[in-house]
Amino acid sequence: MSHVLEVTDLRTTFATPEGEVKAVGGVNFSINKGETLGVVGESGSGKSQIFMSIMGLLARNGRAQGSVKFKGEEILGLPVKELNRVRGAKMSMIFQDPMTSLNPYLSVRRQMTEVLMLHKGLSEEKAASQSVELLEKVQIPEAKRRLNMFPHEFSGGMRQRVMIAMALLCGPELLIADEPTTALDVTVQAQILEVLVGLQRDFGMAIALITHDLGVIARMADRVMVMYAGGIVEKGSVRDLFKDPQHPYTQGLLESMPRLDETEATRLMTIGGQPPNLQNLPSGCTFRDRCRYAFERCPVEKPLLTPFADGRSKACHLPSL
Amino acid sequence: MLHYFLRRLGGAIPTLFIIITGSFFMIRMAPGGPFDRERVVPPDILANLMKAYHLDEPLWKQYLRYLGDLFQGDFGPSFKYKDFTVAELIAQGFPVSLSLGTIAMAVALSIGLTLGVWAALRQNSMVDYTATGVSMLGIAVPNFVVAPTLTLVFGLMLGWLPVGGWGSPANYVLPVVALCLPQIAAIARLTRASMIEVLGSNFVRTARAKGMPERVTITRHAIRAALLPVVSYLGPAIAQIITGSVVIEQIFSIPGIGRYFVQSSLNRDYTMVMGVTVFYGALVIFCNLVADLLYGVLDPKVRYD
Amino acid sequence: MTDLTILPSTATVEVKGRSLWANARHRFLQNKAAVAGLIILVLIAIACFGAPYLGLRDQDDINWDMIQAPPDFAQGYFFGTDSNGRDLFVRTLYGGQVSLTVGIVSTLVSLVIGTLYGATAGFVGGRVDGAMMRFVDMLYSIPFIFFVILLTVFFGRKFVLIYVAIGAVNWLDMARIVRGQTLSIKRKEYIEAAHASGVSTWRIITRHIIPNCLGPVVVYMTLTVPVVILTESFISFLGMGVQEPQSSWGTLVAEGADNLEISPWQVFGPGAVLAITLLSLNFVGDGLRDALDPKDR
Repeated sequence: MSHVLEVTDLRTTFATPEGEVKAVGGVNFSINKGETLGVVGESGSGKSQIFMSIMGLLARNGRAQGSVKFKGEEILGLPVKELNRVRGAKMSMIFQDPMTSLNPYLSVRRQMTEVLMLHKGLSEEKAASQSVELLEKVQIPEAKRRLNMFPHEFSGGMRQRVMIAMALLCGPELLIADEPTTALDVTVQAQILEVLVGLQRDFGMAIALITHDLGVIARMADRVMVMYAGGIVEKGSVRDLFKDPQHPYTQGLLESMPRLDETEATRLMTIGGQPPNLQNLPSGCTFRDRCRYAFERCPVEKPLLTPFADGRSKACHLPSL
Repeated sequence: MLHYFLRRLGGAIPTLFIIITGSFFMIRMAPGGPFDRERVVPPDILANLMKAYHLDEPLWKQYLRYLGDLFQGDFGPSFKYKDFTVAELIAQGFPVSLSLGTIAMAVALSIGLTLGVWAALRQNSMVDYTATGVSMLGIAVPNFVVAPTLTLVFGLMLGWLPVGGWGSPANYVLPVVALCLPQIAAIARLTRASMIEVLGSNFVRTARAKGMPERVTITRHAIRAALLPVVSYLGPAIAQIITGSVVIEQIFSIPGIGRYFVQSSLNRDYTMVMGVTVFYGALVIFCNLVADLLYGVLDPKVRYD
Repeated sequence: MTDLTILPSTATVEVKGRSLWANARHRFLQNKAAVAGLIILVLIAIACFGAPYLGLRDQDDINWDMIQAPPDFAQGYFFGTDSNGRDLFVRTLYGGQVSLTVGIVSTLVSLVIGTLYGATAGFVGGRVDGAMMRFVDMLYSIPFIFFVILLTVFFGRKFVLIYVAIGAVNWLDMARIVRGQTLSIKRKEYIEAAHASGVSTWRIITRHIIPNCLGPVVVYMTLTVPVVILTESFISFLGMGVQEPQSSWGTLVAEGADNLEISPWQVFGPGAVLAITLLSLNFVGDGLRDALDPKDR
């Protein structure tokens, strides 16, 4: 099994005047070559911070510890100069907000060619023509003309496609997509996902797809990991998770999804309560205050993520749901 | 881009008219004619004088005449310095003021920008606190307090620099310093705030995610974006240097337009005062236009509107 | 944006009105520079306006033995004396009365002009608003000081005129701010609701529009006062502002500058007080701005 990414005991904290925020509390996972790992969780679950830590993009008051191996080589804690050889070239990231993620003062051409000129040492002309190719691949019409335009002349969906193209210029082996469709219309969402699926096929790259939208997961992911309050609560294949969730939180998430195929009037399910304060996590299981199955062991002992079936693991004291 | 330029020009011309018209009417409506200060003039000579200066004509006619003269570069005669026209005096004084102002602006920009960027990159460090502190001082302490202080220390006490006069490079030092200090402060402050905001923006994050070396991220992506508010500030900055020069030229006895302006105001030399106001007004408008164009170069969004 | 969210265990909702001010006051008090500035300002104001009651020398008292004498703490001449033998410290305090009064009055003038202009533009909206704001844009490029000087030159040095003229220098920003606030409030739904439920326009203005404008206006006023004081000092320094027998900090600094070679200390007393006042005003203004709108850091 060739792991493109192997994360061991990653812990990310932020120093604030009110105390230390434990955004990510010791996660372990890996991504295989060519697979799509879905990372699900609500705001504050730590799903984005994991990958910001991996990419070295944490805010000034953030610190990441643990081990992150990209194709066998440790990259966590690398000096910026070394990290810059990996990011943008072998491992890329696209972000949630395409409206502000592109530099409004530089042409698209400049922003794309600089990647190729830096990482592949290409000339400006060669870089430009490759950029056009990639823009066509993400289905930007009139790519050649559009290359010389500025970001404000593109719509939101198109900007996201430009971002994707930019991320794939060097043919990375891992693409991290942080809520790539959240800020877009539903119809545009579908288009973007189509593009991603096609590109993954063409490039043979792995994708880490971060989202809170289970529909997107169902569509694109091979395996899923569910995050809650900075930790992974369940991991497994998409099929297994959707059919047979084994963590109360996952179950709650699936139940709260409104469905088109329900014929009778049903109540909209919610998970009662609020996510915990990351500066002051509860003892034992972080989910216990909202869990309908909580029992005596839960507040006392923190459940570790343990495998229980082929390729599946959960962090719960219950033997089964 | 041309369209943007024309639009900006379209806004500049009415402004110039406001200045010209405003000054004109203010003078004509002021109590006491220009000859009140002199010894009492016999009525028939007064009538001749009024005729010679066209002061006996209806106001609107005087205005049109003035406009016509202006277009030909004729600001009228100076009432005080009888042998010179206002235009000649301005031509004499302008190069002096221009050199002083340009150097001050250049110094202010180079130091201010550097300081601002540096402080932003080293946030909350000693450099940052010093820069911020110096900025606050520079903005608050008036230049007519700074100038005498500098003169005292470097001119009188240490004797390193001349306390006034004009002609040698040494004469430039103290006036330029006094003139540019508030601008260094303002520019540094503005740059720092702008840079900090840009450094936290999403597109800088993208640049880093692309693996751009930090140096490139800062120079190509961050600084360019951070410059915009500073460019917007250039217009007011120049206006402030011009007003500052009025006082500085006075203190250091520099033969520039600013000093003429002060003296003419005290002497009630109407044409001179008006001429300088219109001239400076036009200059500020011109500089604003240039600054606007520069802004258009940096920000594609405005020029494609 | 990335999720750097600190999650409180109970959700707090921003409530406008009372708690906004309480919040702002709390934030202001935490800003040490602003609090220090405020204290200094209060002290200076008390000293200047309370000067007659402090048992000090009269500002016109001439001491023939101490003409242009350096500061002498033993005899109570903290800033020394001027060329007429008058106590410079006392003169600075009395000069402060003038400078501070000009500061407040002119700021009020600028507030009135700016608010009326801005509120009208915002309220009427449409083409009129566009034209009015274009006019403001045009006026921005004009170095106003020249016009103030013109005014004082041509209309004599009447004191009232100076207040008005200097106030007229600064109303542009105020107009912009008030217009912006008016526009954003006009659109808010609670105005429509109030209107629909029969609240009179006057009440709407006083209960909704004005309190919401107050924040930025107060901040702006605090930042305008130093500009105004500076302008007055500037023209007084040039001899075109306050005239004898009155003095302001500007005239005092001018006198000091004139006598630099003989009695250099003459500049420092009034100059330092002027600078400290301006600095304090700036700190307070910045503190207010940060307190009322923290994301502006």
